Amino acid sequence: MLDLSVIIAVSLVYLGLLFAVAWWGDQRADRGRSLIANPSTYALSMAVYCTTWTFYGSVGRAAVSGIGFLPVYLGPTLVMALGWFLLLKMIRIVKANRITSIADFISSRYGKSHRLGGLVTIIAVVGVIPYIALQLKAVSSSISLLLGYPDIVMPGRSATTSVAADISFYVALILAAFTIVFGTRHLDATERHEGMVAAIALESCVKLVSFTAVGVFVTYGMYNGFGDIFQRALDDPSLRQLLGAVPSGQGYTSWFSLLFLSAMALLFLPRQFQIAVVENVNEEHLRRAAWLFPLYLLLINLFVLPIALGGLLHFAGQGVDADTFVLTLPMALRHEGLVLLVFIGGLSAGTGMVIVETIALSTMVCNDLVMPLLLRSHKTLLDDSRDLSRLLLTIRRGAIALILLLGYLYFRLAGEAYALVAIGLISFSAVAQFAPALIGGMYWRGGTRGGAMAGLSAGFLVWAYTLLLPSFAKSGWLPADFLTQGLFGIDLLRPQQLFGLTGVDEISHCLFWSFFANIGAYVGVSLLRPPMVAEATQATVFVDALKDTGQRGAALWRGRARVGDLRDLVGRFLGPGRAQTAFAAFAKRHGAGSADEMEADARLVQFAESLLAGAIGSASARVMVASVAKEEPLSIEEVMNILDEASQLRSYSRELERKSRQLQAATTELQEANERLKELDRVKDDIMSSVTHELRTPLTSIRAFSELLHDDPKMHLADRQRFLGLVVSETERLTRLINQTLDLAKIESGRADWNGCELDLTEVIDRSVAATSQLFREKEAQVIVDLPENSPLILADRDRLIQVMLNLLSNAVKFLTPGSGEVRVRLRVLGEALEVSVADNGPGIRPEDQQLIFEKFRQVGDTMTAKPSGTGLGLPISRRIVEHFGGRLWVESAVGEGATFRFTLPLTSARQPLEAGPA
Amino acid sequence: MHRRILAGDRLAAAFLVGCVLFNYPLLSLFDRHAAIAGIPLIYGYVFFAWAMVIALIAWAIERHVR
Amino acid sequence: MSKKILIADDEQNIVISIEFLLRREGFDVQVAGDGEEALAKVRGEKPDLVLLDVMMPKMNGFDVCQAVRADPDLSDTRILMLTAKGRDTEVSKGLGLGADGYMTKPFSTKELLAEVRKLLGM
Repeated sequence: MLDLSVIIAVSLVYLGLLFAVAWWGDQRADRGRSLIANPSTYALSMAVYCTTWTFYGSVGRAAVSGIGFLPVYLGPTLVMALGWFLLLKMIRIVKANRITSIADFISSRYGKSHRLGGLVTIIAVVGVIPYIALQLKAVSSSISLLLGYPDIVMPGRSATTSVAADISFYVALILAAFTIVFGTRHLDATERHEGMVAAIALESCVKLVSFTAVGVFVTYGMYNGFGDIFQRALDDPSLRQLLGAVPSGQGYTSWFSLLFLSAMALLFLPRQFQIAVVENVNEEHLRRAAWLFPLYLLLINLFVLPIALGGLLHFAGQGVDADTFVLTLPMALRHEGLVLLVFIGGLSAGTGMVIVETIALSTMVCNDLVMPLLLRSHKTLLDDSRDLSRLLLTIRRGAIALILLLGYLYFRLAGEAYALVAIGLISFSAVAQFAPALIGGMYWRGGTRGGAMAGLSAGFLVWAYTLLLPSFAKSGWLPADFLTQGLFGIDLLRPQQLFGLTGVDEISHCLFWSFFANIGAYVGVSLLRPPMVAEATQATVFVDALKDTGQRGAALWRGRARVGDLRDLVGRFLGPGRAQTAFAAFAKRHGAGSADEMEADARLVQFAESLLAGAIGSASARVMVASVAKEEPLSIEEVMNILDEASQLRSYSRELERKSRQLQAATTELQEANERLKELDRVKDDIMSSVTHELRTPLTSIRAFSELLHDDPKMHLADRQRFLGLVVSETERLTRLINQTLDLAKIESGRADWNGCELDLTEVIDRSVAATSQLFREKEAQVIVDLPENSPLILADRDRLIQVMLNLLSNAVKFLTPGSGEVRVRLRVLGEALEVSVADNGPGIRPEDQQLIFEKFRQVGDTMTAKPSGTGLGLPISRRIVEHFGGRLWVESAVGEGATFRFTLPLTSARQPLEAGPA
Repeated sequence: MHRRILAGDRLAAAFLVGCVLFNYPLLSLFDRHAAIAGIPLIYGYVFFAWAMVIALIAWAIERHVR
Repeated sequence: MSKKILIADDEQNIVISIEFLLRREGFDVQVAGDGEEALAKVRGEKPDLVLLDVMMPKMNGFDVCQAVRADPDLSDTRILMLTAKGRDTEVSKGLGLGADGYMTKPFSTKELLAEVRKLLGM
């Protein structure tokens, strides 16, 4: 059933599905509804880390070294804990500078150096192409195994290998097509491939599902769970050692080296950098990826050891390669559906890695290798006004095809050689060489271009000498005595026992010597001279990436350029339409109607350069911009000054922020004050309206009487006298009103004159009662005064207190019933205060009116006809006077039982300066 | 701001804890032929420690207020 | 038959002066010292014209005016509002509530008489 046509059909259907998902993802991206704007998608796409080396290879490693396969996944877990620092910073830098690859990153950091970018590209290509070959080999092996079905025939021993190899050639071709379609759709300034990322995330799901399916099948289908498998293994003396001693045979050094290498690989493998940094759409996604991706790794490794043990138990003595157990176990049990699922899983693992790795490498090859060479050899390219965007796309597509072809060739050439089997870790070791220059560059300002060149070169050479060449020798492509006797027969130069270092495995050996050389050269050479202008500039941009998002780079450029030139230049690489759109958007962002209105200042030049950087790499972009802009070189002193200014600016801006917060608070206060003023104004308005009302009323009578008298000279004398009397009394009322209004205004504004002297309150009361005796007589009312023998002296204004007393007394008289009225005036000494009360037996005051009477112009009428004469200001003024001397004035009353007005004056006020009293 | 720093410290702690758990000498304590509930000691230990580190990362990073 | 006029104001002296003025001109004058009394007298005496002060105890002039206008029996009663508050809003409020005229204190006695005669159709 599993014949060639089925396999081809299944493969094509699966790849078609990938095409569909990628196409859909791109469509959604174009419409602005990103499919991958989701933290889980981001985390899943990071699982491109798990290639066929994981899918098939982990079981193989576990069959030899027990849990020795695990450090390769524990390392990434640890690095994800640091991802929030490291990856976040990398993402910020990449976004701010429109960096498109790891080569671009390093080249940009050290002053946009072409040579450095080229070197990184070469290291990546040399290190990674065999890894691509490994994927093709794994896919090819799985196909040839399937073709042997139902027999289990190890690849390499069957005649079908060539067919499978041919199939893998076609697989490589299809992958090239896929990569070209979704990897180079257009030259995006940010170099994002959303459709591709969506497809990769899907592949990660497929990998996990199919591997877990096999795991469950073996663990619970063939055996009775974990315990059963482990028990059988423990009972088997040959398997027993797999379940103990950690990295069997190699010790903890190897374990640690693998942990470290895999951590580096997760950051610096071109495909990981592409997915985790370049393709990141939202740095918040890091949050979920930080734990979801490690969790993915844990899950996909859960069943590795059970499958390995199950395979070893099942195929004991049959010579079945442990690398194939994932596929051969379901095959042995004739579980065809599962076999196909596993095949698809392996295909996912292989294609996912190949697609992303190829896109990443092709970008590097194009931007950091081919473009710089083209720019150098064809200087006319610069002057030519041809549209270069087609050329760029062609270069990238060519690079993709070439990389896949190289991968295929390496696979055919190497065949079953050792070089292919060990290539996973050899690749890891190669890309780990980026670590010193890259991490150092992100945190150390002192690193220079020379240092980075020296470090990378040294590390790469040591890597090649201690790991790559020996792997060639082991494959028989180099004489074996190179390994055993050293270069030129010099013993100390034996590549895997360099300078006599023995007792460690080859990976740890390479790691130690290559990092020794790499870090040593990087730091050593960097310290030889201070950073130059371009290096210092970029160092600041990189090292301070998390500090601010300001356009620091822009400040570090001085020169002249024309807007038209810049736009044409960008247009030649991105296409005129896209350039037009980008410039218009930039102009709009900066408040200009169109780009032509803008001055070609440092900001615009930098914008153009970053647009170009997205398409051709930062180093080439710099060269291209320099060709149309007349740059005036800055000295290192100037740069340092600008950088200093920038940091000063930062502190200024923090200061400004603080100030603006203060200003905002002040504004709020002012607004509140304004509200209060408005309220006061409204109150004042009301008072004015009351005052005019109070003025108009007597004026009305005065005018009416005057006109009556004036118009009628023959009026009766009695009427005449009566009317004139009324006019006089209304005039008095007016005068009183004006005086009291002014008085109150003075007291309220604090401008009243207060005369302080020691006085005896009993004397004040006596005088007041005497002054009002006429009023009481008119009403035939009685005044009863109750004063103590001795009352303490207080410090107050005598006239003011008399004013208060007169007020209260005349108020009381006003409401008395003629004939039976009675007012009691009493003074008491209450500890710390004196209390005066004026009680009448009038009609009393309703509770709801007891507060009103202390408001200005509030008079409370109580009879059917009469309105109390008076201004309505007496009580408010009295209350303020009493309060001025630290006392209180209030009323106690019930309807029908009279009213008692009381006020207190503190004795302590005698010792206080008068100005301190509440005004 | 404060919580951000705290989350960062927690992540750094998770990293360091992982480094210690996944390396010599702690690893060697479990490096013997023994089994708990049928699961070999070293296998159980590594996966358990791994899960703990992941949980620690998730706690540190997701708990941080957005 | 002379026209009957009700003066409703709580200011004694104003009442005295207007009462004297209108009596001299031959009107039949009634007096009320607060809002409630005014409304009662409007209903009881059915005056032809009410001179209505706004600021009165117990019931203000606006409420009296509104109550009079709400009563169909009193539809012939003319109302002239008198107020010491000369704001435009007060004027429009009074007219809005159905007053026939409006005078601001202090007023000239001639103008008051002219307005009274105009409202009484004389």
